[in-house]
Amino acid sequence: MALAVNDLKVWYRTVRGDVKALDGVTFEVADGEIMGIAGESGCGKTTLGKALIRLDTRMRHVGGSVVLDDVELPLADDGAMRRHRYREVSLIPQYAMSAMNPTRKIGRMIRDLLSAHNVRYADVLPELERRLELVGLDAEVLGRYPIELSGGMKQRVVLVLSTLLNPSLLVGDEVTSALDVSSQKAVARALVEFRDHGFVRSMIVITHDISVLFQVADTILVMYAGHLAEKAPAKTIISQPLHPYTKMLIGALPKVGDRYEEQQLEGIEGRPPSLLEPPAGCRFRDRCPLVHDKCAEAPPFRKVAEGHHVACWAVS
Amino acid sequence: MRGYLARKTLVYGVTFVVAVTLNWLIPRLMPGDPVQRMVARAAVQHPETIASMTEYYERTFGLDLPIWQQYLNYWAALFRGDLGTSVWLFPTPVSQVVLDAVPYTLGIMIPAILLSFVVGNSVGAMAARSRWLDNVALPVGYLITAMPYMWLAILLAWGFGVALGWFPVAGGYDFGLVPQWSWSFAGDLLQHWVLPFLSLFLVSLGGWAIGMRNLIIYELESDYANYLAALGAPRRLIRQYAFRNAMLPQITGLALQLGTILGGALVTEIVFAYPGLGKLVLSAIQNQDFFLLQGTLLFVVIGVLLANFVIDIVYVLVDPRTRTGLTGGTA
Ligand SMILES: Nc1ncnc2c1ncn2[C@@H]1O[C@H](COP(=O)(O)OP(=O)(O)O)[C@@H](O)[C@H]1O
Ligand code: SF4
Ligand SMILES: [Mg+2]
Repeated sequence: MALAVNDLKVWYRTVRGDVKALDGVTFEVADGEIMGIAGESGCGKTTLGKALIRLDTRMRHVGGSVVLDDVELPLADDGAMRRHRYREVSLIPQYAMSAMNPTRKIGRMIRDLLSAHNVRYADVLPELERRLELVGLDAEVLGRYPIELSGGMKQRVVLVLSTLLNPSLLVGDEVTSALDVSSQKAVARALVEFRDHGFVRSMIVITHDISVLFQVADTILVMYAGHLAEKAPAKTIISQPLHPYTKMLIGALPKVGDRYEEQQLEGIEGRPPSLLEPPAGCRFRDRCPLVHDKCAEAPPFRKVAEGHHVACWAVS
Repeated sequence: MRGYLARKTLVYGVTFVVAVTLNWLIPRLMPGDPVQRMVARAAVQHPETIASMTEYYERTFGLDLPIWQQYLNYWAALFRGDLGTSVWLFPTPVSQVVLDAVPYTLGIMIPAILLSFVVGNSVGAMAARSRWLDNVALPVGYLITAMPYMWLAILLAWGFGVALGWFPVAGGYDFGLVPQWSWSFAGDLLQHWVLPFLSLFLVSLGGWAIGMRNLIIYELESDYANYLAALGAPRRLIRQYAFRNAMLPQITGLALQLGTILGGALVTEIVFAYPGLGKLVLSAIQNQDFFLLQGTLLFVVIGVLLANFVIDIVYVLVDPRTRTGLTGGTA
C-alpha cells in the first residue's frame, strides 16, 4: 500500500476562526492506483492535496497522520518535509498555467530545480526529452519561456516536470479544468500513460468535474464539506453509488443520468455548510432527501463491500 | 524587434522635434525683452547710442529676421552645437555655460541615483526576510519618503551645515578658491558636494527599499514560488527567482530616474546654491536670459529622451514578457 491517510485534520487559521477544510479523513491509495477526488468547489479537495505535500502559512496540521511507503510524513515540519518532496510525493498544482517562473527559460528552470536536488541536468536530459516527446512536445520547448506556450502545452510540461524524479505519489489538482476538450483528453491520456510507464507509482487526481475522472481514475473518492462521503472503484461509483450526495453528483451529469435508471435529479439544490462553524452530525443533512433523526450524529466512513466505503446512516 | 525599434525611433524623433519647437517658442512668448534689458543694464542715456546698441544686439541674436527664418536658423545652429549667446553672461556662448554646469549636476545625480538604488534595494531585499530589520527599515523608509524633499534638504543644511558646521551649505566650491587641479580644491569640492548629494540620496532611498520589500514579498507568494517550494526547492533558489523578478520593475524605476538625471536636481541646486543645470535655469529666468534658458532646457530634454530611449531598449532585452508582447507571442 502506497499511501495511508488516517483521520487527517488540516484547518485554516483566519481572523474569524478556524476553517475546518479537512476535518478527519481516512483512506488509502494502493500501489499503481489512480484515485480521483470529486466534490463541489470548496469541499476541501485542494486542501487535502496540499496537505500531502506542503502546508501554506495559513494551514495548520491539527491531527491525524499520513504514511507514504511505510514512512510517516512530517507534515507540520516544513524543513523535514522537503526531503520527501519531488522524489516521493509531487504535485501538479491547481494553478499550473502560472506555475513556472515567467522570466526563466523552461530548461533553465528545470536545471536550477534539479541541481537543488543534486541531480545533474545533463544526466536527466535524454529522459526529459523522451517524456516530452511522449506527451507530444518537442524538446525545443526547453529553450522557450512559459509565456510562449499554450495552456495545454504548459500543463503537459508541468506534468513532465513534476514527475521527472519518478515520485511514489503524484497529486494532480484540477489538471484538466483550464483546458479545452481536446487538450483535456490528451492530458488525461498522458496521466494514465505515466502511471503505466511507472514514472509515477500512484496518483491522486482532483477535480470538481467528476466526468473527467471516468477517463482516468481506478477509484473515486467523493468529498463533502471537509468530510469523506464515499470511496469506491470508478465503475461502482458510476453504476451503484450509495451515498445520496454521490447520487446527486452523478445525477447532475446528463449523460450518466440517461444511461442508468437513476431518477433524474435536477442539479443539486442548496449550498454546502460553512466550514467556519460546521454543523454537528452529517454535514450533508440540510440538502439530503433521506435525512432522518440519526443524522444528527456524524456517520462513520464504513466499509460496505470490498473496496467500497460510505459515510451515511441510510446505507445498510 | 526591428519593427519595435523603428516605431520607438519614430516616436522619440517626433517628440524631439516637438520639444525643440516648444523650447524655441516658450521664451519668445515670455514677458520681458532681453535686448531692452541689456541695453538698460548698460545704463546709457543717449537715444542714438541706445538705438545702435539695440540693433547690434538684435543682429547678434538674430532677432531682426522674420520669425520663420529665426526658427530655421535655430535648427541649423542646433546641429552645429551652437545654442546662441548668453545675455546674462554676455558674450559667453550658451553651450559653454551649460557644459560648465553639467558636471555639477551629474556629479550629485549619478551617485545619488545609483547608490540609493543599490543600497535601497539591498535593504529592501533583506527586510523581506528579516522581521527585525523589517520593523526598523519600514517605518524609517516611510518617514523619509513621506517627508517633503524641501524639508529634508533644509533639515540637512541646518543640521550638518549650520548647527554642526561639518559641511558648507552653499556653492560648488569656496568662493575664495580658483578652480584648479589640486588636492585642496578637490577636497573643497567634495565638502560642498556632500549635502546636496546626501539629500538626493536619502530622498529616494526609502522608496527603493519599500518597493523592493513589497515586490519580493509579492513574488514569494506567487504561483511559481509555491510550485518550486512544493517540488522541494530550497528557499535560496526561490528567493533568487523572487529577487530577480522583483528587480525588473525596479529597473524600470531606475530607468525613469536616470531620465531625470539632468533636470532632477533643480530644487536641490537652489536650496544648496549648487552651480548645476537647475541653478542655471533659475538664474536664466531671473536674468530673463532666454537663450540660456532655452539651451539649458534643451539639454535637459535631450537627456531625458536619450535616457528613456536607451532604457526602452534595454528593458526589452531584460524581460522576456515584454519581448513576446512585441512579436505577438505564440501562446
Ligand atoms: N487560505 C485560506 N484561508 C481560509 N480558508 C480557506 C483558504 N483556502 C481555502 N479555504 C477554505 O477551505 C475550504 C476548502 O477549500 P479548497 O480545499 O480550496 O476546496 P476545493 O479545492 O475543493 O474547491 C473552502 O471552504 C475554502 O473557503
Ligand atoms: S447520514 Fe443522513 S443526512 Fe447524511 S447523507 Fe446519510 S441520510 Fe443523508
Ligand atoms: Mg480546488
